[in-house]
Amino acid sequence: MTNSALFLVVLLTAIIMVVAALAIAKLLAPSSDNPLKGEPYECGIPTKGSSWMQFRVGYYLFAILYLVFDVETVLLFPWAVVMKDLGMQGLLSVLFFFIILALGLAYAWKKGALKWK
Amino acid sequence: MYDFSVLTNWIDQWLRSQVGDSWALFVEFVLVGIAILTAYAVLALILIYAERKVCAAFQCRIGPNRVGPFGMLQSVADMFKILLKEIITIKQADPILFRLASFLVIIASICTFGALPFAKGLHAIDFNIGVFYLLAVSSLGVVGILLAGWSSNNKYTMIGAMRSGAQLISYELSCGLSLMVIVILSGTMQLSEIVEQQAEVWFIFQGHIPAMIAFIIYLIAGHAETNRGPFDLPEAESELTAGYHTEYSGIQFGFFYLAEYLNMFIVAAIATTLFLGGWQPFHVPGWESFNQVMDYIPSFVWFFGKSGLCVFLALWVRWSFPRLRIDQLLNLEWKILMPICLINILLMALCVL
Repeated sequence: MTNSALFLVVLLTAIIMVVAALAIAKLLAPSSDNPLKGEPYECGIPTKGSSWMQFRVGYYLFAILYLVFDVETVLLFPWAVVMKDLGMQGLLSVLFFFIILALGLAYAWKKGALKWK
Repeated sequence: MYDFSVLTNWIDQWLRSQVGDSWALFVEFVLVGIAILTAYAVLALILIYAERKVCAAFQCRIGPNRVGPFGMLQSVADMFKILLKEIITIKQADPILFRLASFLVIIASICTFGALPFAKGLHAIDFNIGVFYLLAVSSLGVVGILLAGWSSNNKYTMIGAMRSGAQLISYELSCGLSLMVIVILSGTMQLSEIVEQQAEVWFIFQGHIPAMIAFIIYLIAGHAETNRGPFDLPEAESELTAGYHTEYSGIQFGFFYLAEYLNMFIVAAIATTLFLGGWQPFHVPGWESFNQVMDYIPSFVWFFGKSGLCVFLALWVRWSFPRLRIDQLLNLEWKILMPICLINILLMALCVL
C-alpha cells in the first residue's frame, strides 16, 4: 500500500514540478508575436508540404521484432525469479521456449529482416 | 554505517506526536516529494557541470570558468537563462501532443529516479517488482520522444524521432535481458533485497563470468538508451540540427535537456544497484579489519561514488568515439548483443543450478 502511495506521490511531484516550471517560465519569459516564429526550423526558405508523410518501412520491421522479443522478456522475468526453486526441470522447459525464440531470430536474420537496406 | 531509517523513523514519530496520524502521513509524503525533487535538480546541475568540465579536459580546453569559482555556478546561470527564454509553438505543430511530449519525458525520468536506493534506509518506492518497474517506467520516455518528433511537423524532428524509436526499443531488449541475469542470480526483483544480498560480495563478482558479461552489455545498452555518445543518431547535430527536439525552446527544451542528463545518472545508478552492490561497501571475505574500515565510509558516498564512476565511463565513451551509422547500430544490437544476451541467461541459469 505505502509503495503505491509513494509512487503516486512521486508522480504528482513530477507533474507539479513540470507545471510549476512552465508557470514560472510563462511569468518570466518575454513573448512577442511574429509570424516568422511560427515557421518550422528547416533551412530558411518556406517549407514544402507536411512532414506527416509515409515513412521508411525498415523502422516498422524492427518495431515488430521488438514486440516479439519484449513479450518474451516479460514472460521470462517470472521464471527468472523462481529459477532456483524450479531447478533443472524448469530450465529444460524454458529451454524449449528459448530454442523457438532463437529459431525466430535466426529466421529473421536469414530472411534479411535485420539488414538495413 | 549510518542507517538513515533511524532518522526517518524519528521524523515519523515526532510528526505523529505533534499532529495526528493522517496529517503526519501527508506531511511525510510532501517531504518525500520535496526531497526527490531537490535531489533531482541538484544532481542535474552537478552532472551538467561535470559533463562540460570532463568534455573540456578531453578536448584540451578549460571549460566553464567565469561564473563562480571554477565556473561552478555556470549550470545555475544556464538554468535561469533557459527560464527566461520565450516558449514558441510553431504553427503547423499539434499543440497538445507537442506540450505532452516534453512532460512525458521528464515525468518518466523522475518516476524512475524515485525508485533508486540512495543509501541505507533512503529508498522511496520499493516495489517487490522493482526491476520490472524500472524497465517499464523508463521506457515511457520513448513515447515522449516519438511524440516530440511527430508532433513538431518538421522533417528533421520526424527523422530524429524515427531513428530514436528504432534505437531505443532495440536496446531496451538488451537492457531487460542483462538485468534478468541478476534476477536469476538473486531470485528476487525487489531492489532493497537485491542490495541486501550483496553485503558480502557484489553480484558482479558473485555471478562469475555471466554477471560480468551482463554488466558490460548493460553499460552499452544503457548508454544507447540515453541517446548519447556514439549512439546519438537521433540528435546528430551535423545532419538533423538537433533531432527530435529541434522545435522546442525555453523551458520545454530544458525538460529534454534535464531528462537526458538524469537518464545518464539513472542508468549508472541501476548498474550500481544491480551489479556493483548499491550502497554496500566493498568487502573481501576473510579480511575482517579491511571490511571494518570500509564500513566506516557512509553508504551514500559508496552509492554516489560508484554511480559517479559509471557516469564518468559514459562521458569518456561519449567524447572518445565517432557516431555510428544506423545499420551498424542495429547490427550491434540484433546480431551481437541479443544472441550474447540469450546465451548469457542460459549460462547464468546453469551457474545458479
